Amino acid sequence: MENAWLYRYSILVLGFTLLLVVAGALVTSNDAALSIPDWPLAWGRLIPPLEGGIRFEFAHRLLAATVSVLILILALWLRTKLGWTVLVTVVAQALLGGAAVRFFDPKALSVAHACLAQLCFGLVVAVVVGGADSRVRSVDTHVDTFRPATETNGRGQSVWGSEIADAPKSVETSLDSADRSVRATSIIAVLSLFVQTALGAAVRHGATSVVPHIVGAIVSTVAVMWAGLQILMKYMENALYRRSASILLGLTFLQVALGLFAYMSRIATADDPQPMPMMITFTVAHVAVGALAFGAAVALALIVYRDTPEKENHGGMAVA
Amino acid sequence: MKKIWIGVGLVCAVSLVSCGGGGDTKTAETPKAPDSGAPAAGGSATPDMENGATITGKVTFDGAKPTMKPIDMSANPVCMRAHASSPQKSEEVQVNDNGTLKDAFVWIKSGLPDKTWQVPTTAVTLDQKGCMYSPHVIGVMAGQNIDIKTSDPTNHNIHPQPTVNSEWNESQAPGSEDKMKSFPRQEVMIPVKCNIHPWMRAYIGVVSNPFYAVTGDDGSYTIKGLPPGTYTIEVWHEKFGTQDQTITVGAKDSKTQDFTIKG
Repeated sequence: MENAWLYRYSILVLGFTLLLVVAGALVTSNDAALSIPDWPLAWGRLIPPLEGGIRFEFAHRLLAATVSVLILILALWLRTKLGWTVLVTVVAQALLGGAAVRFFDPKALSVAHACLAQLCFGLVVAVVVGGADSRVRSVDTHVDTFRPATETNGRGQSVWGSEIADAPKSVETSLDSADRSVRATSIIAVLSLFVQTALGAAVRHGATSVVPHIVGAIVSTVAVMWAGLQILMKYMENALYRRSASILLGLTFLQVALGLFAYMSRIATADDPQPMPMMITFTVAHVAVGALAFGAAVALALIVYRDTPEKENHGGMAVA
Repeated sequence: MKKIWIGVGLVCAVSLVSCGGGGDTKTAETPKAPDSGAPAAGGSATPDMENGATITGKVTFDGAKPTMKPIDMSANPVCMRAHASSPQKSEEVQVNDNGTLKDAFVWIKSGLPDKTWQVPTTAVTLDQKGCMYSPHVIGVMAGQNIDIKTSDPTNHNIHPQPTVNSEWNESQAPGSEDKMKSFPRQEVMIPVKCNIHPWMRAYIGVVSNPFYAVTGDDGSYTIKGLPPGTYTIEVWHEKFGTQDQTITVGAKDSKTQDFTIKG
């Protein structure tokens, strides 16, 4: 029963983390990053005057504090390496945000802040996937459902993340022991999407032109298609694999479309005296879906690694 | 291992919170003493109004007069009320009725004798009125004070973004005291923005000599008191960039140097 609540709680944390990513994107898109010139106070007090760009920046800080507390609770609840890693990441992210204010938002700090945000989101996804693994999976290869864990792993320990290698799995759902390429392509998809995120952040903060980001979009889309289609073709009968790969592919294609709209709207409003709602909407959506796509790639890679047979995986990959 | 990470994080947090840096909300700072990169306040050279040369001219716009887009101030009712009768438009390109450009910055870029020019003791005012900077473009000498004031009943933050001088970002609440700031190094131009109202833009030209001007409603400029010599005179515009010309003047000369900027 505790695992079920912990799983639900981790989903809640994931939702708030995504909201925080959106809030950060709104700050950048509205050019409100330094509307609160001080940190950790805001205009010399706890709650600043809420007008103009200050609203976006303060909402971002408020959500950051909320997510920090949520992740602290998560880490204390989990007491695993992954949990502590997420906590350290969010603390580092908060410090980066404060440094960006203190040092007037230099490009390098802003890009690092954006990248770490995506990484943090990916780590929370890993926690959620690990929590899903702790539940008893149906051995029916055609229907993969998750039920709240009702049993321990035989050692009397709650099965969560750190015991992914011991999580019950069926022989039919395991990867073909020779299919190393599926594992490799899933990792490549994760890495390429993260690099693409970094390039996007560099564009957003004026550190580079849009050209590397466009090239990165092509590369990462190919990498995602390679991983996703490979899994769909080989393991179509596995509902979990099918769903995970489909979600990743769908999000990536949506991300490409949003990227096009964001770019076109930026060109269309280049002469406007302020950031325009259309450009802001497409750009923020692009950032949010980018986070979701990255998270989906992380989830797929974890699922693939989880199902690697023990003799190939050297006892299983512990994500916590 | 985890204790080490937690400890590192706490140390970083304490350091960041306690260390000084930008973003304070102090107001009405006393005038800064210029550093070694700027003319000393006691510099002796001044424009020779009696025997010096005068350069006048116009900055003409060549092309169809662009239509500036209106600014959406709906995010702030105070700003909207200030422009209730007619919406404020972008000031990026202001073409006067006579076909000249307003807010073009003209300055003597090179050719002056190696002198330390006296920095004026009077401050140049930069006001925030109707959620717009007024004037849109100003010129100051390196080390000269800029009197930043707010006439608005709403909050602003003033955020200049120099590349040569030190950057700063400070808040200014309604009714608060003026801020006296200066830039010690020559820099043409320093953009200024307000992150609360993203449409607000101003530009500050910081020059190490007193020979500069900003075109007004008739697109003209006048630079007086120049020593005889051959100079590079430059015009800067926020959208159309820079354009240089060479001009030679003698004592008491009065010459015209026009610029034409293509749209």
